[in-house]
Amino acid sequence: MNVLTEVQQDRLKAAIQDGLPLTATPYRTLSLQLDLPEPLVMEQIEHWLREGYIKRMGLVVRHHAVGYRSNAMVVWNVADDKVDQVGELLRQADCVTLCYKRRRQLPDWPYNLYCMIHGKSRESVLTQLELLTRQYELQHIPRSILFSNQQFKQTGGHYARRAS
Amino acid sequence: MPAAPADSRPTLQDKFELDQTDRRIINRLQDGMPVCDQPYLLVADELGIQEHELLSRLQTMLDNKVLSRFGPMFHAERLGGGLALAAMRIPEDEFDHVAAQVNELPEIAHNYQRTHKFNMWFVIATEQKADVERVVSQIESTTGYPVYNMPKIEEYYVGLRFPV
Repeated sequence: MNVLTEVQQDRLKAAIQDGLPLTATPYRTLSLQLDLPEPLVMEQIEHWLREGYIKRMGLVVRHHAVGYRSNAMVVWNVADDKVDQVGELLRQADCVTLCYKRRRQLPDWPYNLYCMIHGKSRESVLTQLELLTRQYELQHIPRSILFSNQQFKQTGGHYARRAS
Repeated sequence: MPAAPADSRPTLQDKFELDQTDRRIINRLQDGMPVCDQPYLLVADELGIQEHELLSRLQTMLDNKVLSRFGPMFHAERLGGGLALAAMRIPEDEFDHVAAQVNELPEIAHNYQRTHKFNMWFVIATEQKADVERVVSQIESTTGYPVYNMPKIEEYYVGLRFPV
């Protein structure tokens, strides 16, 4: 359960949304910074982790900087009664990094299943896509491959309300 | 023709070479870190390095923009925030101008140019769910082009991870 008041929770979210302090005792650093008891800071964060408000405490790589220079968003137009089944297959492929069902925007945009494939080059992304298409027998599903030319902006989202 | 891709120019992140220890740190911490008094010490022990070395390497990788963030991955929707993927069709010669207008907004978390008639793809992240529509209207009135919001219906869990 929540151990901090809503105002305290907002202050804590604002303090950690750009990162956890890089100090030997990061939760003590936060407790001093926010003037809150360290055990409560830790308990609140553990609560958020248990409840799924925080997916995990970890790092986000800039995939471009670590050699994943190509990414494709592959969009599929799957029959409504098959889309969950195909989504379940795609998410298991090693090369797939994200997979979503999304609403179509007819008539301009018929696609309802999206997956991301990251790779070192366009060729390797296409090879991986062909392999998974054959492996899961998806040849009959209309699809489109959208490579990214350039990344214009990458920042973490800011979800916490600003501390007032 | 679009300008030369960003990755053909030497940048700070291109010059920064990850060594084997950096790679082990990245691979380990993409899986998350426990919440405890001295979490970095725990992970450093696991990797067989000193705690201060782990901290300074993390700082260096953040400074060199190999990592975009180290800390909590918030689940935007569960926190009450809004998260949307949206697309636009922008004529080639208008693209840079419109991209600048869109990226101006603090709610735009990622923006990619992609190889398709729908050539601009971005993520809108807002503190309140209801704000997504406001941002969409704002972009439409500023740029004069329609925004296609592609709402998520289902996420097929993958566990985004980039082995390096």
